[in-house]
Amino acid sequence: MIDRLDPPLQRRAYGGDEINRVQDPWRTNSVHYVTIVLGSLLPLFVIADTMPIAPPLGFILFLGWRLMRPGLMPLWVGVPLGAFDDLFSGQPFGSAIFLWSLTMIALELIETRFPWRGFWQDWFTAGFGILLYIVAAMIVSGATLSAELLIVILPQIALSILLYPLIARVIAFADRFRLSRARRIG
Amino acid sequence: MASPKSRRSGFSKKQQYSVFTGYLLATLGAVLGLALLAISLWQPAIMQPLRGTATTIASPAGEATATARAGKNGIWATISGFWRAGSQNAALREEVEIARIRLAETQAVEAENDRLKALLGLYNQENPPVATTRLVASSSSSVRRFAYIGVGRADGVEIGMPVHSERGVIGRILETSFASSRVLLLTDTESVLPVRRASDQTVAFAEGRGDGFLRIRLINLGLNPLEIGDVFVTSGAGGYYRPGVAVAVLSEITPDGGIAQLIAEPAATNYVSVEPIYEPLAVEAAGVRERDELTEEELAN
Repeated sequence: MIDRLDPPLQRRAYGGDEINRVQDPWRTNSVHYVTIVLGSLLPLFVIADTMPIAPPLGFILFLGWRLMRPGLMPLWVGVPLGAFDDLFSGQPFGSAIFLWSLTMIALELIETRFPWRGFWQDWFTAGFGILLYIVAAMIVSGATLSAELLIVILPQIALSILLYPLIARVIAFADRFRLSRARRIG
Repeated sequence: MASPKSRRSGFSKKQQYSVFTGYLLATLGAVLGLALLAISLWQPAIMQPLRGTATTIASPAGEATATARAGKNGIWATISGFWRAGSQNAALREEVEIARIRLAETQAVEAENDRLKALLGLYNQENPPVATTRLVASSSSSVRRFAYIGVGRADGVEIGMPVHSERGVIGRILETSFASSRVLLLTDTESVLPVRRASDQTVAFAEGRGDGFLRIRLINLGLNPLEIGDVFVTSGAGGYYRPGVAVAVLSEITPDGGIAQLIAEPAATNYVSVEPIYEPLAVEAAGVRERDELTEEELAN
């Protein structure tokens, strides 16, 4: 879990001058999962007839939450979240379970090597992760692999990597909401 | 930010065990995923009920976005229409004149066709579509090209039925569940469609390339008779598709055929219709058994 900041500082950072407010446990434990699940669902509603155009939003959000809040999600969380993503992504069932679990393990190893990271380093890690993920997802998708497919995923990769800073801001916003002191006591 | 203190194990046996268990569970998860992946690649239909239920639940939201999408297209068309209204009007008038003439000619041909068919004793009644619906979703982040429609088994949709838009073929039904179905679009790399050139009987296969184009493969190899701009229509071979529905226009010539562009782009269509399988008998006959031996019953007859 998150280390407790100095209480007065925390109070200022997460809203409210009142002293009878604490974090809502439901909110603290669910917002990250809800955003990832919504991210898995969103690309479904874009009609792409010629080539993959939508970034794998579920995966990017998953990666972002993991990079920005290490230890928030358990190490095995790739299994349930990946299974949900597989239901809607059009990939064969099991591909996201496999790739998201590998991502969790890989990020854990990176984390032990580089415990303190800045935003640029996180963007590099995320970008590299997205690149590997999209290529790996193409390989296991069951499609007949060809040079055309490789060309087709390039715009998707570029878009996804460029989208990461924006997603990071969205995650930061969701995180502030998650940790806001919303529950009244007494 | 750095890992919280609670995740550094230090000398605490309990912490060390919990970190170890975390890694173990994640590895088991990856192995489970790999196993499921292998099973789904080997038997794609095995996870179908679960996936179908999920899509059925999500498709009402897709109806809403489909409506919004159609509205948005309309707005753009209106704005761009205002922009070049005059010149377009003149051009359209001319086109309508020509189209009227062609229509009259076509009616004559149709009448003659009916007469000849009647002579031959061929009865070819047009089957009404099974269902008319919108494309509600698609696999837009995957390299596979699937679309989803909000009708399923409850509406009489069955696996293999062709899906048409008002412009031409879009794909065929790959999986059905109670109230939603998955459509394999023509652009998917696993999609193969028997076609012929509209102007003559040059037969070919139209295979998806995965990048929005179709690869036209001629069946009779030799001199390549194709030219850029040739229109391909379904040939009806195989029995799934009604013959004579527009598929693609040739845009590039290769030694064994060409590269063609779709006529009916799914993203640009409002409504699609699911049509019944054209010749169910032919589809049945095409199913070849692994070892073509007669069964006991067939031997008895």
